[in-house]
Amino acid sequence: MRAALVVVAAAVAAGCAQAPPKPVVTEEYVVVLPGPDGRTGSVEVERGGARRLLSEPYAASRIGADGQQSALKASEPEVRSTFGAALSALPARPATFMLYFVTGKDELTAESKADVQKVLDELSRRPSPDVLAIGHTDSVGAQELNDRLSLQRAERVKALLVAIGIAAERIYVAGRGERELLVPTADNVDEPRNRRVEINVR
Amino acid sequence: MRTFATIILLASASAVWAQEVGQVKVAKGSVQIERAGQRTPVAVGMAVRQADTLLTGADGSVGVTFSDNSLLSAGPNSALTIDRYAFDSTTHAGQFDASLRKGTLSVISGKMVKQTPGAMRVRTPSTVLGVRGTEFVVRVGDGS
Repeated sequence: MRAALVVVAAAVAAGCAQAPPKPVVTEEYVVVLPGPDGRTGSVEVERGGARRLLSEPYAASRIGADGQQSALKASEPEVRSTFGAALSALPARPATFMLYFVTGKDELTAESKADVQKVLDELSRRPSPDVLAIGHTDSVGAQELNDRLSLQRAERVKALLVAIGIAAERIYVAGRGERELLVPTADNVDEPRNRRVEINVR
Repeated sequence: MRTFATIILLASASAVWAQEVGQVKVAKGSVQIERAGQRTPVAVGMAVRQADTLLTGADGSVGVTFSDNSLLSAGPNSALTIDRYAFDSTTHAGQFDASLRKGTLSVISGKMVKQTPGAMRVRTPSTVLGVRGTEFVVRVGDGS
């Protein structure tokens, strides 16, 4: 018995003399942040079958080197000091512009022509920018047809942007059909404001 | 023969689609991308693909914009892998699995999470984070 204690004491002493033992569990830390609009989303933290929802501003979950999980509240200065380098490397949020056409014509409205210049200005402000043109339709007609029509509208805007000097390989197109009505309507409603192309500059 | 040519065309079209899922928009200090066992220095404008791992050095940080407008950035001494990325630009359905082995990560989720909360998951060595939106930060290790 005494011999065993001596062995343990020696082991502890040796442990103290050398580098502390490596933790088996890596320390982990997650914090939910409020968005620019002040609203906070949520993240579900799942660990060993247990789930915890973080949904308040700066709600945090930490797993210590001992494997213990704890809930806590972080602060903005602390997040800035711990995550500053990562946060400052976040790409700029995509900028959104909306382009409208003269009804029944392959021509932008006067207002939208002015917005094209804003798109160009935004492109010049970003490193290695790309453009996503997303076509939308109103709710008149079948969904498959609107999917095709919305993509055609996006392609048309792409052609316009290429014509004013934006490289074609930097422009991506998507068609959302009638899935994202700007003005909510019932099905089969002719609504000009829903016939549009949204531009994301990223 | 025509069938064969069509198959090749379809295969190459889907390969192009599958290749680029995001683009490096910010790169500071030492940053590398590991793809199929090869490490390459990262430059702004470089394409990010599924299965890529981004590795940052002690002075490094990197920011990527994905096709659904998700924004991810990693701080120094980080290892971030894009395990799976699929996004349908028409329906906004998709799945985004990333894992942070070490370091720091900040995330602003994009269109697929807006469409389907939980469509994005970030794994750390002991945790799975189900992303319902929108902004959060994660650290693995003590940052050393």
